Amino acid sequence: MVSARRNLILEVRGLRKSFGGTEVLKGIDFAVEPQELVFIIGPSGAGKSTFLRCLNRLEEPTDGSIFVDGIDLLHPKNDINATRRRIGMVFQAFNLYPHMTALGNVTLALRKVIGLANAQAEAIGFAALDRVGLKDKARAYPNELSGGQQQRVAIARAIALEPKIMLFDEPTSALDPELVGSVLAVMRDLQASGMTMVVVSHEMRFAREAAHRVVFMEDGLICDEGPPAKIFGPEANARARKFLAGIAR
Amino acid sequence: MDNGILFIDTFFKPELIVRYLPDILTGMSVTIEIAVLVVIAGVSFGLALALIRSLRSRFANVVIVVFVDVARALPPLVLVLIVYFGLPNVGILLPSYAVLWLVLSLVLAAFAEEIFWAGILSVRKGQWEAARSTGLTYSQALFHVILPQAVRLTVPPLTNRTIAITKNTALGTVIGVPEILNQATTAESFSFNATPLMMGAIAYLVLFVPVVIAGRYIETRFAWRRA
Repeated sequence: MVSARRNLILEVRGLRKSFGGTEVLKGIDFAVEPQELVFIIGPSGAGKSTFLRCLNRLEEPTDGSIFVDGIDLLHPKNDINATRRRIGMVFQAFNLYPHMTALGNVTLALRKVIGLANAQAEAIGFAALDRVGLKDKARAYPNELSGGQQQRVAIARAIALEPKIMLFDEPTSALDPELVGSVLAVMRDLQASGMTMVVVSHEMRFAREAAHRVVFMEDGLICDEGPPAKIFGPEANARARKFLAGIAR
Repeated sequence: MDNGILFIDTFFKPELIVRYLPDILTGMSVTIEIAVLVVIAGVSFGLALALIRSLRSRFANVVIVVFVDVARALPPLVLVLIVYFGLPNVGILLPSYAVLWLVLSLVLAAFAEEIFWAGILSVRKGQWEAARSTGLTYSQALFHVILPQAVRLTVPPLTNRTIAITKNTALGTVIGVPEILNQATTAESFSFNATPLMMGAIAYLVLFVPVVIAGRYIETRFAWRRA
């Protein structure tokens, strides 16, 4: 099966995911164009994180199809490890490897997955850390870094592999408020450089300012989507409006 | 004063110390040899079992759990006797030191497997996810990300357990392995004096006190800051 529209970075059709008898994703159709920044919002339990985690098969979808840059992710013959290289993921809990320096975190996959020599991997690693403003912390261990710095290292770890798309799973939810800005600034930077991004987050102001498109999910389905002006405005679907009214600060 | 002389004569008789020192030293070298071989075989077999278990095959899992539970539940002396007196009946003749090495290695492997497995489980799931999301394979994630963290967590309990089990080399005396205790009891029965036993005890202290101290040092070195 070939992707219907070749210019899409991500194309999801009829995605379903059940845990035991509980259906968490109930048939999701979703597409992302190159350089798009898509925000996914919705109440907790809506399936946002599960959806994101299906996109690189950290969760195995129950049904449906996923194409990433034209590659059929769920095809039995697809080399998932090769494909995952092309899909960067950033986690709420950072998940840096605590026994490695920042540079070690960034270079591990460069060395082991791509097979680069140490010197080459380190050059790319330094460049990636530089992009997130942490070149001088290359030799620091995660426990020597603030939460915001750790998350930026995690972003560097993902972008060092030159992904076609980046998935952010609540990247700022575990951060102290004063550290959120530094991470969002890096994400802005990525966006400016043309990175395609799908972001699950509650940073509504960032969504309003930076997102090309906002997707509202509820109860395992996409209820509404559109440019921020629409989703955050009066024409949004009633449930989206109710959700946004509830979290308005 | 008389009591002092009696004490010296019973436990530290100089001529007996001189006479039996070579035997005790021989025993020490036998004990060291077996202990080192037990540690190498036991820890590596235990690690191998934990790695196999991490593949989560149901069959392998059942086999490993049964082995581990049996080996941990039985007193090592029972296993030593069963293997030493049982195997010849099925035509397998092993020298006594091989029996001792085999049994203690298996017992240490059983405990080590549980310790390594607990260590692997205690590494947060997010570490697997981060590693796999960058394209690392299962075994690359296991060896480069999970195990280095798991092993650090396992060093303190593993050190304790290893010391406890290598001390069991003394069980070799019942099947005639010429280790420290065997040399000491033999000398005791010839000399009708407890001096060789005291020498044996000191020999154990000489061997194991440094190991215990080293263990404490390793524990503090590896007790490492989690992010």
